[in-house]
Amino acid sequence: MSGHVHKDYTGAKFGMWLFLFTEVLLFGGLFILYSVYLARYPQEFISAGKELNVWFGGGNTLVLLTSSLFVAISITALRRGATTLCLNLLGATIACAAIFMVNKFFEWSAKISHGIYPGSAHLKELPPGEMVFFNLYYLTTGLHGIHVVIGALIIAWAMVLIKRGRVTADDFVILENAGLYWHLVDLIWIFIFPLYYLILH
Amino acid sequence: MSEVTTPAAGSRGFFGEGNYPGIFGWIFSTDHKRIGLLYFWCIVAFFCIGALLGLALRLELFAPGETIMGPQTYNAVFTLHGVIMIFLFIIPGIPAAFGNLIMPIQLGARDVAFPKLNLFSWWLYITGAILAVTSLFTGGGPPDTGWTFYVPFSAQTSTNVSLAAIAVFVLGFSSILTGLNFVTTIHRLRAEGMTWMRIPLFTWSLYATAWIQILATPVIGITVALLFAERMLGTGLFDPSQGGDPIMFQHLFWIYSHPAVYIMILPGMGVISDIIPVFARKPAFGYKAIVVSSIAIAFAGSLVWAHHMYTSGMSDLAVMVFSFLTFLVAIPSAIKVFNWLATLYQGSILLDPPLLYALSFILLFTIGGLTGLILGAAATDVHVHDTYFVVGHFHFVMFGGTGMAFFAAMHYWLPKIYGRMYDKAVATVAWAVILVGFLITYISMKVVGMMGMPRRYYDYVPEFTGLNQLATIGSWILAIGLVLMFVNIIHGLFRGPKAESNPWGGASLEWQIPSPPPTENFDEDPVVTHGPYDFRKAGIL
Repeated sequence: MSGHVHKDYTGAKFGMWLFLFTEVLLFGGLFILYSVYLARYPQEFISAGKELNVWFGGGNTLVLLTSSLFVAISITALRRGATTLCLNLLGATIACAAIFMVNKFFEWSAKISHGIYPGSAHLKELPPGEMVFFNLYYLTTGLHGIHVVIGALIIAWAMVLIKRGRVTADDFVILENAGLYWHLVDLIWIFIFPLYYLILH
Repeated sequence: MSEVTTPAAGSRGFFGEGNYPGIFGWIFSTDHKRIGLLYFWCIVAFFCIGALLGLALRLELFAPGETIMGPQTYNAVFTLHGVIMIFLFIIPGIPAAFGNLIMPIQLGARDVAFPKLNLFSWWLYITGAILAVTSLFTGGGPPDTGWTFYVPFSAQTSTNVSLAAIAVFVLGFSSILTGLNFVTTIHRLRAEGMTWMRIPLFTWSLYATAWIQILATPVIGITVALLFAERMLGTGLFDPSQGGDPIMFQHLFWIYSHPAVYIMILPGMGVISDIIPVFARKPAFGYKAIVVSSIAIAFAGSLVWAHHMYTSGMSDLAVMVFSFLTFLVAIPSAIKVFNWLATLYQGSILLDPPLLYALSFILLFTIGGLTGLILGAAATDVHVHDTYFVVGHFHFVMFGGTGMAFFAAMHYWLPKIYGRMYDKAVATVAWAVILVGFLITYISMKVVGMMGMPRRYYDYVPEFTGLNQLATIGSWILAIGLVLMFVNIIHGLFRGPKAESNPWGGASLEWQIPSPPPTENFDEDPVVTHGPYDFRKAGIL
């Protein structure tokens, strides 16, 4: 209404943390299903887990962890006034997101070419527990993949704001919140990776 | 802090010049009061549509056999009645409409913490509503699953469940964003001197509600997303032929949808807690107990979801545990009722329309709450599960509770917002007609349910005819009362005499500013020196 602009750093971060809770709870529904079905079909989950490629999953884990590091450094860089460094680091984060998605594309393609995908004829010949495992695998990693894309878009948006001087060394909460979101995307993967890829070990 | 001049009392307040011309000054406004009114009128419109569908259902049940619609239409109509009333009226009703209108003013704030996000929530709400309405006319016809979307039927029916599921997802997102906005506002934007124990009970109830919105709504999001994936991609997580378990859908659904009934009722309780002290001219009895009971309901209400599933085939141990936990929720609810009655005791009671609606809330909610115990006890629930007894119970707590609280809030706060007063005598007559119609309709449902009439059938055996006709006639009386009430209040708001800035003698902050409120609520940031019900210090008594 007026020229009066309300700025509340603590409030903005508080709101973001509340939003992150809701994201955790969204994935929580899938993790509940995982735990219930794991208890029901332990043997099938192990044998289906062996089908997943640990190298794809492990590589993606490294990529995401590195990208989180980039985001964390970028915030410090911005606060110290190193805007170009900050933008480069954010660009690297988006590149990591792209690598992650390309990896995921090849991983899914390989599975699909083996006839393992929701509703496929081959999947329906597998034992029920393995069907559940693969359906959950596609839904969980798919939902996570959507979050990777959203996170990358948010970081790109923060980059635009930094370039326009709307996010600065003194007023950086938007970048910090974008970083929080990215860390959440990373953190969820940290749970997905062992539950699906390392279950046999 | 600003070059804005606040309009003097008697001016058009926030109804004045918007930031954009005409309607755009409203639908793109970030002013919490404008957003609140946008919600309010949309919600009233959806309530009217939902009520018409309800009347159609009652008309079909006037006589056994097909009266005005066949079974498939009947299934679609009750699904629609449920979806509209639950997701478009009761859940957003009080928090989104009156929470937005009143809560920032009660805190002494100029707006909510994230005004743009607030506007975005309203746009999401409208998008969700449009999607829900679109699902009726596209795809394989209107959904016929009931508002609970239970699998396996919802995964197999050819009707347009997929679009309805997206609508629920979008509406849930809107609800989440409103919740986190309100929690942040209450934490960060309280005026100087507005300590936690000076927050009006309405805003306290919104605080508890907002936490449930944040913590429970994502679960319905993932549940309907999984239903959508099951229909579109055949992911089969709830399909036994693919190793899934349909009971898991019910668990996930109720993990949200039971706490959601507290999203529906808690703000209503908050309205009543705010109204009763004002019209009894006494400080709220047991203020702290009411605050704690709101939080306790929010907490305990999150642990009882499976009491909707006693007959679903879960283990006997789970049934006993959930039955016991359900009884726990009755305690904080009863604490509120006793505190309201104790506030009224020996007060100088003004029997104005807001108090009348509040009193009918207490009566109907108590009846609904006590019959809820019959459903909460596993042994008796098995007898009445999926009968009209459940329908009657649900309408007593939701319509008799939240609906009456919504009407009470309308009569209490809208004169503040519009600066005009409705006809109190007509409002009183409308209240009496609504109450009579309500009792006839829903008591008949409870009795016929106890006799064994199942819910969700368009037909029944001839033995139930008398009570069904009574319920249908009651629904007509109820409808007449509702029309009278809405006509009176709408006429009053636009044509009625000017209302004073504090027509009821309230002591909380919203009554200390002009009516209609100025755009940024306060000329200067207020300093709060007394509690919300301290009528002596506020100079009312």
